[in-house]
Amino acid sequence: MRCISLTMGTVISAAALLAAGPLYAQSDLGKMAQNANDWVMPAKDYANTRYSTLNQINTGNVGKLQVAWTFSTGVLRGHEGGPLVIGDVMYVHAPFPNTVYALDLNNDGKILWKYEPKQDPSVIPVMCCDTVNRGVAYGDGKIFLHQADDKLVALDAKTGKPVWSATNGDPKKGQTGTSAPLVVKDKVLVGTSGGEFGVQCSLAAYDINSGKLVWRGYSEGPDDQLLVDDKTTALGKPIGKDSSLKTWEGDQWKIGGGCTWGWISYDPQLNLVYYGSGNPSTWNPVQRPGDNKWSMTIWARNADTGVAKWVYQMTPHDEWDYDGVNEMILSDQQIGGATRKLLTHFDRNGLGYTLDRETGELLVAEKFDPKVNWTTGVDMNKNSANYGRPAVVSKYSTQAGGADHNTTGICPAALGTKDEQPAAYSPETQLFYVPTNHVCMDYEPFKVSYTAGQPYVGATLSMFPPAGETNMGNFIAWDGKTGKIVWSDPELFSVWSGALATAGGVVFYGTLEGYLKAVDAKTGKELYKFKTPSGIIGNVMTYQHGGKQYVAVLSGVGGWAGIGLAAGLTDPHDGLGAVGGYAALSNYTALGGQLTVFALP
Amino acid sequence: MRTRDGAIAFIVVAALLSIASALADGSGDPTAVKSEDGKYFDKQGNSTYKVQSDGTVDWYTYSGFVRYHSECHVCHGPDGMGSSYAPALIDSLKTINYGDFLGVVAGGRKNVNTANENVMPAFGTNKNVMCVVDDIYVYLRARANDAVPRGRPTKHEEKPEAAAKWQDSCFGQKS
Repeated sequence: MRCISLTMGTVISAAALLAAGPLYAQSDLGKMAQNANDWVMPAKDYANTRYSTLNQINTGNVGKLQVAWTFSTGVLRGHEGGPLVIGDVMYVHAPFPNTVYALDLNNDGKILWKYEPKQDPSVIPVMCCDTVNRGVAYGDGKIFLHQADDKLVALDAKTGKPVWSATNGDPKKGQTGTSAPLVVKDKVLVGTSGGEFGVQCSLAAYDINSGKLVWRGYSEGPDDQLLVDDKTTALGKPIGKDSSLKTWEGDQWKIGGGCTWGWISYDPQLNLVYYGSGNPSTWNPVQRPGDNKWSMTIWARNADTGVAKWVYQMTPHDEWDYDGVNEMILSDQQIGGATRKLLTHFDRNGLGYTLDRETGELLVAEKFDPKVNWTTGVDMNKNSANYGRPAVVSKYSTQAGGADHNTTGICPAALGTKDEQPAAYSPETQLFYVPTNHVCMDYEPFKVSYTAGQPYVGATLSMFPPAGETNMGNFIAWDGKTGKIVWSDPELFSVWSGALATAGGVVFYGTLEGYLKAVDAKTGKELYKFKTPSGIIGNVMTYQHGGKQYVAVLSGVGGWAGIGLAAGLTDPHDGLGAVGGYAALSNYTALGGQLTVFALP
Repeated sequence: MRTRDGAIAFIVVAALLSIASALADGSGDPTAVKSEDGKYFDKQGNSTYKVQSDGTVDWYTYSGFVRYHSECHVCHGPDGMGSSYAPALIDSLKTINYGDFLGVVAGGRKNVNTANENVMPAFGTNKNVMCVVDDIYVYLRARANDAVPRGRPTKHEEKPEAAAKWQDSCFGQKS
């Protein structure tokens, strides 16, 4: 599974770094994340807040924002993720072929180095839903790139020269790389994509110096593959032996999905890493009886060993493709008069969850789009046999409907009330700022057969906005303590861009038409917008250089959004001939690949 | 004389061609001229669709809709309309014929250059596609000729026994 290439030079430099000790690297990175000038990891900090204490750009002056400079990545595909800034250098990544650029901020973004891996283009169609990449990670003087072909490469941050590379998975078996790695202490964590190809997915940790695999925890399978022990709990109770195997029929778990292509967060005090696992394969629920543990699960693993401390399965026996991979945002807030260490997660299934991140206790589970209809809510009674389970409305159960039956009007659609586009959290307002989809679907499962490296889907679906509505997205502010929407700004299309919250009282996000928007963190009032060259599915970030605050975002429409919405949606219930009832994204924007950087005049 | 005959012949052929192209797709005239066990064929013997005046579609068009929206739409977009990732097949089918279609589906296609990175996988070993490739073709042919609108066909003919039999034998299991 693994191949490591080391040159003589890197062995020497690795040895030199080892002498400095891995502890140096960890405290260094945690400290670097607190520097407001820089943006050193994908979500700004280990807590995944996407919050910056910079306040030069504020509610009073954001309306005067201008484009400071731009940069083309040279690739015309869906651009997810965002750049990193470390000191005087910005690191920009691109979708396949996964070019990485180091740009000199002291010299108008002059290219310091460029790295373009050689990858077999046959990986392209194995990547479900566009050739996206969600960004690079930094640590220990290296830039880590998770390539499309599921290789993890360490580049020297100064020169762009490869230091080591590790093979995490095999695209011929449907395993690909789209996610951003996260550096935790002396390890680089990375997940796998391939839920639509019957992959048994895992989170893996590689040694930061050698690229050697340290641990790998699977989402489903026997206990030694899951990395669980007798202390691993779910909702306060030990999960017991064979917790996963008991919930699959036969060997289906071996092609069971549970992919790990979302974001990773980390609590240095608890030494736990958090992430979510995706949909069980196939999309036909009838073909995989049982709860299919631990797909659709929030995981808390020990960063050193990978052993799970707790798990919580949000959507047992998924029937709708509600991947659980979205980010886990860590905050400390007061609930019931006590300060709690919280984890908040906006799931594809339309529920916003708040848990105690130390114990995995479920505190809040509420709909963050009122149109969510597949469930009446989660059973919060600790004495109930169904504690923590969502109550499924049988009318919207594709399992109850069975194979070859079209279940209609399910909200949300398979792309979820929110997909990978990460939310932001401001400790000042104590609100989460959440980009959402407002789309429903019809879903018809049917029997499929498995072939390695081939799509393994097994359902037909069509998508449309909720009845009587034309907006396909909302940008909302959410109170994670109570599970309530504070304000909601309707958007024509799904909001597929990661949000940024700032101490200037301004929240930023991008739209699929291509607008960068700034809104008031307290009210949601729009303060500024600018139309970039292509639709935005990237994440907004900010940094300060030379005493000036900048806001940057990648444009480049694509991903699931570019596939589902390019031609516009139709409502199949409007009857024959109702064509073009809803806006087609292709009427607003076209392919692109550009970084736009904004500043005050 | 000879020249003149040739010119007339050319004009006639050109006129015929222009009429034909108004009615045809990449496989020629899609009009169904015969049916066998619920499956329709054009005059050249290629699989085709049949839409009755009340909008009822043949089984294969319907089945093709279902299978397309599982196997193909994640790249080619809903209803064959294309995406930011892959071309609109309702346009492609206007120029490529039945044989070419089968060849591309089974063998894949690469168009990688500085401006494009379009790669279609080879589905030749994928039963979920190859066992129903005719259904998908018939559906897309109907879409390319604007014979069925976007979305799920509301009415369709019963699943023919021949279709069930074929799927059982091709998938090697009860479908």
